Amino acid sequence: MTAATMPAPGAKAEFRSCPVTGLQVDLAAEKLIKANAVAAVVFLLIGGFFALLLALTRWQAIHLLPADWFYRILTGHGFDMLVAWIVFFEVAGLYFGGAVMLNARLIAPKVAWVAYVLMVVGAVLVNVMTLLGGSDVMFTAYVPLKAHPLWYLGVILFAVGALVAVILFFATIVVAKRENTYGGTVPLVTFGLIAAAIIALYTLLSGAVAFVPAFLWAIGILPKVDPAFYRNVFWSFGHPAQQINLAAMVAIWYALAALTVGANPVNEKLSRWAFVLYILFINLGSAHHLLVDPGPSFAWKATNTSYAMYLAVLGSLIHAFSIPAAVEVAQRRKGFTRGLMEWLWKAPWREPGFSTLVISMSLFGFIGGVTGVVIGTEQINMSAHNTMRLPGHFHATVVSGTTLAFMGLTYYLIPLIFRKELKLKKLASWQPYVFGGGMLLVSVGMIVSGLQGAPRRHWDITFTGAPIDVALPGAVHISLAIMGVGALIAITGGIMYLAVVLASVFTGPTREASRLTLVMSEENPLVEHAVPNLGKEPEGKLTPRGSLTLAFIFLAFFVVYYLSNWWLLGRAWYIR
Amino acid sequence: MLAPQQTWWKPLHRIERSWVLVAFVWCIFLTIMMPIWFFMGRQNVPVTTYRVDAETYQQLVADFVDQYQVDTLSGVPVVEPPPNSDVYLQARQWQWYPVLKLKKGETYRLHISSLDVQHGFSLQPTNLNLQILPGYDYVATLTPTQSGDFALVCNEYCGIAHHLMVSKIIVTE
Repeated sequence: MTAATMPAPGAKAEFRSCPVTGLQVDLAAEKLIKANAVAAVVFLLIGGFFALLLALTRWQAIHLLPADWFYRILTGHGFDMLVAWIVFFEVAGLYFGGAVMLNARLIAPKVAWVAYVLMVVGAVLVNVMTLLGGSDVMFTAYVPLKAHPLWYLGVILFAVGALVAVILFFATIVVAKRENTYGGTVPLVTFGLIAAAIIALYTLLSGAVAFVPAFLWAIGILPKVDPAFYRNVFWSFGHPAQQINLAAMVAIWYALAALTVGANPVNEKLSRWAFVLYILFINLGSAHHLLVDPGPSFAWKATNTSYAMYLAVLGSLIHAFSIPAAVEVAQRRKGFTRGLMEWLWKAPWREPGFSTLVISMSLFGFIGGVTGVVIGTEQINMSAHNTMRLPGHFHATVVSGTTLAFMGLTYYLIPLIFRKELKLKKLASWQPYVFGGGMLLVSVGMIVSGLQGAPRRHWDITFTGAPIDVALPGAVHISLAIMGVGALIAITGGIMYLAVVLASVFTGPTREASRLTLVMSEENPLVEHAVPNLGKEPEGKLTPRGSLTLAFIFLAFFVVYYLSNWWLLGRAWYIR
Repeated sequence: MLAPQQTWWKPLHRIERSWVLVAFVWCIFLTIMMPIWFFMGRQNVPVTTYRVDAETYQQLVADFVDQYQVDTLSGVPVVEPPPNSDVYLQARQWQWYPVLKLKKGETYRLHISSLDVQHGFSLQPTNLNLQILPGYDYVATLTPTQSGDFALVCNEYCGIAHHLMVSKIIVTE
């Protein structure tokens, strides 16, 4: 946010000057950011309601929905959460990072509205077709399970709209550079969003390669779509789609660290390289879904599943150290230098942005990241594929990690973008703990159920009414109940978030914030405590030793969980 | 959030250098574990795959059942093939066919394919899971190491009665 460089407004764009940041905000971009953010929250609301119904069904003691509605709602939940909520929020983020943060105009706002309408129509079409029945194919729509043709069309329209938005983002940053709206290098957050957008580009193209043939097959033009081919290209869409979130989420982590304690990356080069590793290698993760499929060889599976030597994992391990280190150095500069951890104990724990950062990073890393690497190991996948360990993994990444990070950032964007004072601040302060605590139980409940063999996407794990009598271990009922209780707590956290957002946006007058402050105090760490990044190493008492210790604790947990899974696999029947 | 004010292309802090090095070594270890287990481990993902159409596969299964059927369980034939033979298991909405009876410590070439949509072979509680696709005959060289009744669950969503698609593999001493 370089206030020094004034913008050279583009041809027709109108700007307002943000009194807090000194940024010139393109009014057209601002409207689009609001519209996309509202759509995101609406689909979060629908998907969250679906989540409640699903959790109360899989919690075997309650078993709420009948089988057909369970699969129907599960299809809608997958699409609304993994695609609609996440991508709408990301598009809002791209317009923010591309236009607002660079002092630039959003080029072709009319095209951006077309993209928005395509996405809304697509997402609504998918939801309507899902709820009408006849399209109970899950978010993955594996051929030859067939949905209604309009269902595929909805996904395609949504993807095309998102693709247009991503292209507009690139055009905007190119024009911003040419019009010299910002000085020097783009900020790290925008850099992270550029990484997310590059991943989004090939992800959405893969989506087209998967869904267009499926659509043509559904309307009878193509005789068949090969299931192995479909799985490969679907997951080139489905997996990296979540890694757009990953890049966006990491960018938001850096933003939250800056907003709440004034942290700047200790080393910009390292943090940027970590994003480059994502761009280069993360798409290979599509293979995670094909590890126990007939067809591919060991060499293909092992190379792809490991992102060519786990280089994308290396990117995440770098962030796992560099973000806490940035926070630690900022805190130590304020004088919290006693011992290894004083900087952490004295951190603003009541500030929702800070607790979000810590909870999102911890749950993403310890649960989501570690389990992801473990079940993505070629052989270990045999003892995890399609069990509840899978949703356990990605609820920790996509919900506890990404969704929570997106929620935490909203509290700071409402005063800036909607120009409304944040309401219900106490509720906002508690929200990350409630949501994170609930999601912890959800993920752990799912993973423990999966370790006992409980399948994912399954209406009745007691198999009541099946002609042959079999049973899973009884303890699976306990772990599924833990998941159910966790879901209720997390949904409470979700309602708290919606209450804060709705109360802030829809009540009270529009008010120009005069300065950016924390939610829970009048401080403005971004300005008051901002750590100048002058190229000097933090030495002596400023050295981030605490973060290194935390990083090693994380690594130790990683090693233990990884090796114990090999031990578990070693006890299974021999198979080759 | 803030754009770097001066050059940000500076050398790494020594603490960062050590962490990146440790992390990279761990990544190398993660990478080499897979080939090590591939050559030394006893549980590896099967790779043998043939293309097969549904009619041909159904015939193979029918011939196999005719040859080795020993019993019936809830209307499904129970089949006891000799060790080291080819064993055929068929997945369709919403049944595994037939029920297999194997001997502990003996090795079988287990063929699995689907006649309709995708299914998931999930053997519990030993917890081995494979993806089953129509049009592909997936061949696992399998050796049961425990005896007893094992649950065979479908763990890929395959339609409305997905939850009823369960069977058994019976392993005798």
